[in-house]
Amino acid sequence: MFSRPPRVDSPLDPLSTPAAGLGVTMTGARLAYDGQPLFDGLSLTLPAGRVTALLGPSGVGKSTLLRLLAGLEDGAHAQATITTDDGRPLTGRVAHMAQRDSLLPWASVLDNATLGARLRGTLTEETRAAARALLARVGLGDRLADRPAALSGGMRQRVALARALMEDRPLILMDEPFSALDALTRLRLQDLTAHLLTGRTVLLVTHDPLEALRLGHRVHVLHGRPATLDAPLEPAGPPPRDPADPALLALQADLLRRLTGAAHGAGDGAGDGAGDGVGDTGGGAP
Amino acid sequence: MMRVLRPVITLAGLLALWQIAFHVAGERAYLLPAPLDTLTTAIDRADRLAHHALITFGEILLGFGFGVALGMLSALVLVMWAPARRWLLPLLVISQAIPVFALAPLLVLWLGYGLSSKVVMAVLIIYFPVTTAFLDGLRRTDPAWLDMARVMGAGRGAMLWHIRLPAALPALASGLRVAAAVAPIGAVVGEWVGSSAGLGFLMLHANARMQIDVVFAALFLLAAFAVALYALVNALTRRMVPWQAESNA
Repeated sequence: MFSRPPRVDSPLDPLSTPAAGLGVTMTGARLAYDGQPLFDGLSLTLPAGRVTALLGPSGVGKSTLLRLLAGLEDGAHAQATITTDDGRPLTGRVAHMAQRDSLLPWASVLDNATLGARLRGTLTEETRAAARALLARVGLGDRLADRPAALSGGMRQRVALARALMEDRPLILMDEPFSALDALTRLRLQDLTAHLLTGRTVLLVTHDPLEALRLGHRVHVLHGRPATLDAPLEPAGPPPRDPADPALLALQADLLRRLTGAAHGAGDGAGDGAGDGVGDTGGGAP
Repeated sequence: MMRVLRPVITLAGLLALWQIAFHVAGERAYLLPAPLDTLTTAIDRADRLAHHALITFGEILLGFGFGVALGMLSALVLVMWAPARRWLLPLLVISQAIPVFALAPLLVLWLGYGLSSKVVMAVLIIYFPVTTAFLDGLRRTDPAWLDMARVMGAGRGAMLWHIRLPAALPALASGLRVAAAVAPIGAVVGEWVGSSAGLGFLMLHANARMQIDVVFAALFLLAAFAVALYALVNALTRRMVPWQAESNA
C-alpha cells in the first residue's frame, strides 16, 4: 500500500525459473501434549524435486510436522532437527499452503497473489506481471480485480496456489489443500497442481489416499500412538496419475485398510503386516 | 420505497401523538407546546437558534475528530507495545468506571466556560468505545493470516499495515458508530454544567424562563444533527469495509 524503495531480493519469475528443489531431512521430531507424546524420534526425508505425500488419520500430528518445517512451532511441546542438502538453514525458504485458503477478504485476487512481496516491501512491476501470468495459468486471468468473496471455493484455492508459487521457495508445504472442495474440483486442482509443482520439493499432508497416490512420488503413512512412519510407497509413473488406474485403486484400497486400522489404534504388529502388503503391491505395479 | 417511507410514517405518527398529548394536557398545555407552535418559534428565532446550534455542532465534530484520532492512536500503541498494554489497559478500564458527567464541573473549572471544556468532554466520552473496539479488532486477527505472514517473512510493521489493520477495520467501524451516537451527549452535558453559548446553554435558559417551545426547538435541532452525524458515519464506515457487505450478500 505505501511505497518503499524495494529491497534486493531473489528475482521473481516463477514461470521461467522455478526455485530449484531442495532436499530436506527432519530427524528427532517430537510432539507431546501434557507429557503424552504424539510422536517421538520421528524422521522424514523430503527428496529434492519430489512430492512427498504424508497420509494419516486426523489428530496424528501431520499438521504439526508441517508447521515444524515451516518454523511456526516455537513451543517446547514440538521440536525437531531440520537439515538441508545445501547445509543452510531452512528458515525463510518455505512456502505454505493451508487447508483454508486464508485469502485476505479486502484484497483483490492480484493483491492476494502478490501478498508475500507486498509484506516484504519488494513489490515491483515484474512481480505483478509474474503474478498476472501465473493467475492466467490457473485460469483466473479475468478475475484479477475481484475480491475473494466473489469466487468459488475452487477458484479461491487456485489463488492460494498461485500465492504459494509466487513465493518461489525451494520447499513448498501443503496442508490438506483441497479437502474442502467437491470431488470433481479436487481432481481438476490436483492435475493443475501436479503440473505447476513439477521439479519442486513438496510436502503434501493429506487424509485422502487417492490424493496422496495421484500427486506423491512417495507416500508415507503416519499412524499409531506414539505415531510412526511406514516405509514409503512409491507409485509408478509421473504425477498426476489417472484416478481410474486399477493399480492405483488397488493401492488406495491398501492404504485405506492401513488408515482404518490406524484409526482404530491397531498395534505395531498390524501396522507392520499391512506395510509389507502395500510394499509388495507397490513393487508389483507396472 | 418502504425504506424511505417508513421513517417518514414513524415521524408523522410521533407528531400526531404529540399533537394529541397537547390537547389532552388541556390547561397545563404551557408545559408542552404544540408541534406547530414549536415550528413557528423555530422560524421566528432562527438566527439565535442557528448561532447556538453551530457552536454545539462544532463542539461535537471537534470532539468526535479528536476522540477518534486519540482512540485509534491509543489502540495502535497498546497493540504494538506490550508494556503499554500491561500498564495502561487496566487504567483505561478503571477510567471508564468514573461517570464522565461527574467530571464535567471539574472540566469547566479547569478549562473555562468556552469551547475547550465541551470538546474535552466529548473526547472523553468517545475515546473509550473507539479505543476498545479498535484494540479488540487489532488483537483478534485470524491466527492463520499471521502464520502465513510469518512464513512469508513479514516484519511487525508490514504485518500491522497489510493484515492486522485492515482486519480490524470492521471492529473500528462499529466503534465509530457508537462514538457518533454518544458524541452529542458529551458536548451538551458540558454546556449544561457551565457555558455562555450553545444549544445546551440555550435550553437551560429557556427552561428557566418557561419558554418550553424554545427548549423543544433546540432539542429538535440537536436530535436532527445527532441522527445526521450517525447516518453519515454509518455510510462512511460501510464504504470503509466494502468486503463485509459483499460477504453478507
